[in-house]
Amino acid sequence: MNTQVSIAGVTFQNPVMTASGTFGSGMEYNAFVDLNRLGAVVTKGVASVPWAGNKTPRVAETYGGMLNAIGLQNPGIDLFIERDLAFLKQYRTRVIVNVCGRTVDEYVTVVERLADTSVDMLEINVSCPNVKEGAIAFGQDTKALSDITAAIKKKAKQPVIMKLSPNVTSISEMAKAAEAAGADAISLINTFTAMKIDIYRRRFALANRTGGLSGPAIKPIAVRMVYEASHAVSIPVIGMGGIANAEDAVEFMMAGATAVAVGAMNFHDPYTTVRVIEGIEAFMRDQKIDDVNSLIGCV
Amino acid sequence: MEKQTATVLRQECIADGIYSMWIKTPLANEACPGQFISVYTNNAARLLPRPISICETKQDCLRIVYRIAGKGTEEFSRYHANDPVSILGPLGNGFPLSGEDAVLIAGGIGIPPMLALAKALTGKKEIVLGYRSTPFLQDELSAFGDVILATEDGCTGTRGTVMDAIAAHPLSGKVIYACGPIPMLRAVKEYAAAQNIPAWLSLEERMACGVGACLGCVCESTETDAHSLVNNKRICKDGPVFAASEVIL
Ligand SMILES: Cc1cc2nc3c(=O)[nH]c(=O)nc-3n(C[C@H](O)[C@H](O)[C@H](O)COP(=O)(O)OP(=O)(O)OC[C@H]3O[C@@H](n4cnc5c(N)ncnc54)[C@H](O)[C@@H]3O)c2cc1C
Ligand SMILES: Cc1cc2nc3c(=O)[nH]c(=O)nc-3n(C[C@H](O)[C@H](O)[C@H](O)COP(=O)(O)O)c2cc1C
Ligand code: FES
Repeated sequence: MNTQVSIAGVTFQNPVMTASGTFGSGMEYNAFVDLNRLGAVVTKGVASVPWAGNKTPRVAETYGGMLNAIGLQNPGIDLFIERDLAFLKQYRTRVIVNVCGRTVDEYVTVVERLADTSVDMLEINVSCPNVKEGAIAFGQDTKALSDITAAIKKKAKQPVIMKLSPNVTSISEMAKAAEAAGADAISLINTFTAMKIDIYRRRFALANRTGGLSGPAIKPIAVRMVYEASHAVSIPVIGMGGIANAEDAVEFMMAGATAVAVGAMNFHDPYTTVRVIEGIEAFMRDQKIDDVNSLIGCV
Repeated sequence: MEKQTATVLRQECIADGIYSMWIKTPLANEACPGQFISVYTNNAARLLPRPISICETKQDCLRIVYRIAGKGTEEFSRYHANDPVSILGPLGNGFPLSGEDAVLIAGGIGIPPMLALAKALTGKKEIVLGYRSTPFLQDELSAFGDVILATEDGCTGTRGTVMDAIAAHPLSGKVIYACGPIPMLRAVKEYAAAQNIPAWLSLEERMACGVGACLGCVCESTETDAHSLVNNKRICKDGPVFAASEVIL
């Protein structure tokens, strides 16, 4: 039985990754799951310098999901390389670093700093709805997306995944723009801009007023977007949005994803990633599937 | 630290809307006063854990005392003996234990962790408790020190807040431990600074992971934090207990 998948020349022992921002750099979840079991650890977004993030409350529960407006708090690339990458090097699991910035130059600075490291791939977050400058501004306009993709591709030593926002009119157009500008892969979806109001206190649930919706509530929309994007481009797609179990993961693969990522459900059950991996293996045995790649886009 | 399905040993309502639940779990044996557990509801649509302080522990058993604050805690209040309960913990850092005479100050749902703490502290204890109305846990706490009560409606003790009670009953303790709402903690911090004695505060914030990964639960700190090199400490991981001088409330 083969569970290996490959994206832009990088092979993964299985198609299950962590979704950026929901797993730190793995240090905190190491107590629950063997990081060596994962297809890849995708780190929290890292910028050129430390970012303080937004005011609290930063998270709120919603039916079948949650809102977050962390605001990309991160330690900056220097400490990240020294501490987080050194930690991840102890494992054989692939490492994908999620990169954020306010300007193209800031993204490029991080990408250049990672050039001589052992990082396997870069995931460029152009879709965070929770910071004012940069981030989502690059992910909602085909021209801006293609410019930043091209600028990063020029400097990157590792394959580049562009992480797309669902807060757009046409996900296919965004996917095509990323591919045309040289992206090696795309990942989607990031969170939906959303709002929750505490009706008893007559206040926004989040200090930032709006936040990104994720979790099982968004899964059917995410599956549809992965389907549309994967049919618009020929580069591989990493699918995510509300994955809670192996059935969800298989659904994303059948929609066209080469790999999948588990996000908010890590908070509900810290063992989710490994349960999804074991569940995919059980599904393959049960359905007599020898190669996980045969699931990709099979509908 | 582990997530597991434990078993409810017993549960009772100890005051209006306040429940006391004993849970059978070996995780109890790892717990320190001031730590908390994440409790998960059985409704997967409510996917985030509810952080609840550890009120006290015995061999293989752990007690939580909580107020019905919404749908999740309402569900917990309906659990009976032998029902399964999904928990993760123990989480966070507890209170540093001092041998000096101590003042324990707590308000509302900040009171439960004071029981484990009162049991563990060896010095003399003055215990100041604030309630909206009907007190709870005050009898159990009185076994460990002098209890001073404040109630908002004046039904027992000093009418007003814990600070009003302290004004009426001068204290002699040399270290303060406090847990409760932010305005109370702010007042305790000021009081400790005026008295020039150390204070340990247990903070609360909305949480998603509960283990330090999501950066959802931060509070502003006076010094740079080790995780992100900004001034944000994670309440779930670096706390929930902080030195008063360490945090900006
Ligand atoms: C470290 C810590 C220890 C706590 N210890 C206790 C305790 O011993 N006894 C007790 O009664 N309460 C305690 N609380 C508060 C308790 O977590 C909330 O009352 C509870 O989560 C409410 O859940 P709900 O589903 O009933 O309310 P809902 O309002 O339906 O909850 C919706 C979401 O908001 C979160 N939430 C709501 N209120 C709070 C709050 N005050 N703090 C953090 N998250 C909140 C919930 O976890 C959930 O994710 C503690 C909180 C923290 C952070
Ligand atoms: C608390 C939190 C923090 C996140 N931080 C990031 C981030 O730093 N970079 C990023 O590209 N996506 C971030 N995301 C988005 C997730 O990686 C993922 O795309 C999204 O949550 C959808 O997946 P899910 O429904 O499984 O959570 C974050 C999501 C959450 C819930
Ligand atoms: S709740 Fe995730 S870091 Fe504290």
